[in-house]
Amino acid sequence: MQNTEQNNSTSCRVAITGMGIISAIGNSVEENLASLLKAETGIGSISQIETIHSENIKVGEVKLLNVELQSHLNLPKDNNFTRTSLLGLYAAKEAVKNAEIEDIKSHKTGLISATTIGGMDKTEQHLKQFETDAAVQKYINSHHAGDSTQKIADALGITDFVTTISTACSSATNAIMLGTRLIKAGQLERVIVGGTDSLSKFTINGFKTLMLQSEELCKPFDANRNGLNLGEAAAYLVLEAEPIAKKENKSILGYVSGYGNANDAFHQTASSDDGEGAYLAMQKALKISNLETSKIDYINAHGTATPNNDLSESVAIKRVFDNNIPDFSSTKAFTGHTLAAAGAVEAVFSVLALQEQKVFPNLNFKTEISETGLIPTTKLKPKNINHVLSNSFGFGGNCSTIILSKE
Amino acid sequence: MKGCYIHSAVSISAQDSFDAKSFDFKILENTVEKATAIHPNYRDFIPPAASRRMATGVKMGVTAAKRALQLANLEQPDAIITGSGMGCIEDTEKFLNSIIANNEEFLTPTPFIQSTHNTVGAQIALGLKCKAYNNTFVHGSLSFESALIDAKQLFQENEAQNILVGGVEELGKEFVDYVLMMETSSNQGIKVPFGEGASFFVLSSEPKLGAVNIHDIETISLASENDIIERMKVFLSNNNLTSEKVDAIIFGNNGDSFDSYYNNLASTLFEENTQLQYKNISGEFYTVSAFGLFMATKILEEQKIPSAMLIKNSFKKPLKNILLYNQFKGRNHSFMLISK
Amino acid sequence: MNELKLELKEKIIEQLNLEEFTVTDIDDDDALFGDGLGLDSIDALELIVMLDKDYGIQLTDPKEGKEVFQSITVLANYIAEHRTK
Repeated sequence: MQNTEQNNSTSCRVAITGMGIISAIGNSVEENLASLLKAETGIGSISQIETIHSENIKVGEVKLLNVELQSHLNLPKDNNFTRTSLLGLYAAKEAVKNAEIEDIKSHKTGLISATTIGGMDKTEQHLKQFETDAAVQKYINSHHAGDSTQKIADALGITDFVTTISTACSSATNAIMLGTRLIKAGQLERVIVGGTDSLSKFTINGFKTLMLQSEELCKPFDANRNGLNLGEAAAYLVLEAEPIAKKENKSILGYVSGYGNANDAFHQTASSDDGEGAYLAMQKALKISNLETSKIDYINAHGTATPNNDLSESVAIKRVFDNNIPDFSSTKAFTGHTLAAAGAVEAVFSVLALQEQKVFPNLNFKTEISETGLIPTTKLKPKNINHVLSNSFGFGGNCSTIILSKE
Repeated sequence: MKGCYIHSAVSISAQDSFDAKSFDFKILENTVEKATAIHPNYRDFIPPAASRRMATGVKMGVTAAKRALQLANLEQPDAIITGSGMGCIEDTEKFLNSIIANNEEFLTPTPFIQSTHNTVGAQIALGLKCKAYNNTFVHGSLSFESALIDAKQLFQENEAQNILVGGVEELGKEFVDYVLMMETSSNQGIKVPFGEGASFFVLSSEPKLGAVNIHDIETISLASENDIIERMKVFLSNNNLTSEKVDAIIFGNNGDSFDSYYNNLASTLFEENTQLQYKNISGEFYTVSAFGLFMATKILEEQKIPSAMLIKNSFKKPLKNILLYNQFKGRNHSFMLISK
Repeated sequence: MNELKLELKEKIIEQLNLEEFTVTDIDDDDALFGDGLGLDSIDALELIVMLDKDYGIQLTDPKEGKEVFQSITVLANYIAEHRTK
């Protein structure tokens, strides 16, 4: 790849100029914000997937059905969009519109999307029909993880640098990180970054085997938390080189000022007791941003509400911030854990926190975890917020952190 | 621009590439639909406690990675970056089939845990206790190239000196048959067997005597045949090269109708150049370009070209610059330029 | 009881893919987790499924497993007492 404009040593800042989201708490940024401000969860009983576990789980479903999404997106009848692709394109389009991009080719633009489940929602329905049923064979080629990204790229007219990241639940954070790095390096001028994952029987049953799903609404950081609620969502940010955004008088929603990626290297699914991977990711992000820990005004935690994650993350936060723990909350009790999309969903919420100057509440919390004694922010809290740190951790020890800043 | 030197290259493939002394591989019989990898003895590389949960792809990836580190005399890389188009399809199929067969009851966690795309990168990190940067790309036939771009970028940022990069793909047992069925239903389909394998590289920003340098890499999501010619011209000129300076060009021909992309480039810009192919010896799969890079590295190191790879025009020594061009079904194009 | 113990050893070896073990390598009182057989938390989940599927015993909390999976003897006693199939 060739550098586009400046190839000087002082790299430019990376501005966020647009965002889009579809989640259990709304089909747009505006609707998501309204739910966050009203402390209204989107988690409830499952309605769109038939599963024998329906009585024993709660999920964060996007309210729109596939047919509704298809009609919103004006797709032809014979399309082979999986739900992951539908959600992804829906949110990515909002992001591009929000960034007021008229001609996507006016700058060297890339797309980095994240997914874990890819086209699984269709594969799990049709696997045993693929051999004989011509009507569903179109979904054979939509199974692989890159398919949703390609569809989004084609629909948006992005033809050059397009890729997909899958590091389990930290995927979208890594997409934001890579996009930011490529702009800083002058490899891209603009990049759309984020992630998409639909609910599926596959993940519902997978987390069931791990006994990690709560039958109730999840309680992040609570002593009596007993597991997560799965969710589905897609969210994207438009990142642009600051000089370009300024030259075009774009309204800048915030900046990606820090990022860090590390591996816990402890266990395939569990986080270490000392939260080493999380600790390293946060430290790296702080170092890149050149910010003291005291400058972080809000942490949007990973906070899945599994016994293991929340304890490990709490330990890591205490190691990084010592006795000056910033306001923190997990917004997973609003949306459910949206897997590969989570990092992008929470990046959108972090930008909203910067814009609204409010810490969003950690729902369903009552009692602190005795080992760490950390108490999240449980009521909507107005305050000066200049820098937000957002964590995303995944299976395989993949830990990533980004820092988003107002100025 | 920092260098990106290949300090070691290891490949498990349908050929005896893992242990081979000679790389004069033979063409795979095209009557075979699936070309399984020739597997090394995994027990030599993976402790039983770890390997008991590993499917084919994870074993191949972890083993190729371990050998690449050994050959480069490196204990801990500064980053681990992998690519896989289909990911851990074997365990995905296993878990999916038990959901279907048992109607969501009595499911065990292991195939689910091992089905996530980042399992190979994670297991390498776990085995090494490597807490460094770790990333996995899953973008079809650009999965491996994306990993390389990420690695080159880390060198550029001074975030790493040695990086383990690899591409891995396993055939699996079921899904591949549906893909094959669709391919063979049209006479425009892929003519080489479907394959599998893992190719891993230790890349370094530090030069080493005789090491091959990955000069440049570019990926293009969507382009017409004519666009590709124009983009290739720009790619060459960005690297201060003309087509005469390219000692060999390696194409990703697989016999399907989209080979026209290669033929078009071959007959315009590279008419006089040594033209090579590799999918006739490896089979086709999403991260096969990593095998292509492995072979290109061996060609430069040994100054020999396996006759099975030669499409057109003989070669002259010294072989210095090799260009690789791959695409899949007319999209996800990649250019790679390496030299010694 | 000895039959059940042998059955359990065979099942554990097969289910957990412990290729390097045979039934004679596992003593009735060996610790299954940690230093003994070296099983881990994922194996515990596998064994919970085995209890449910083969003996009709449902454990809902992975922590319960820790007590039950101490050794072949403890596990066999527990199954004998609680099995529904």
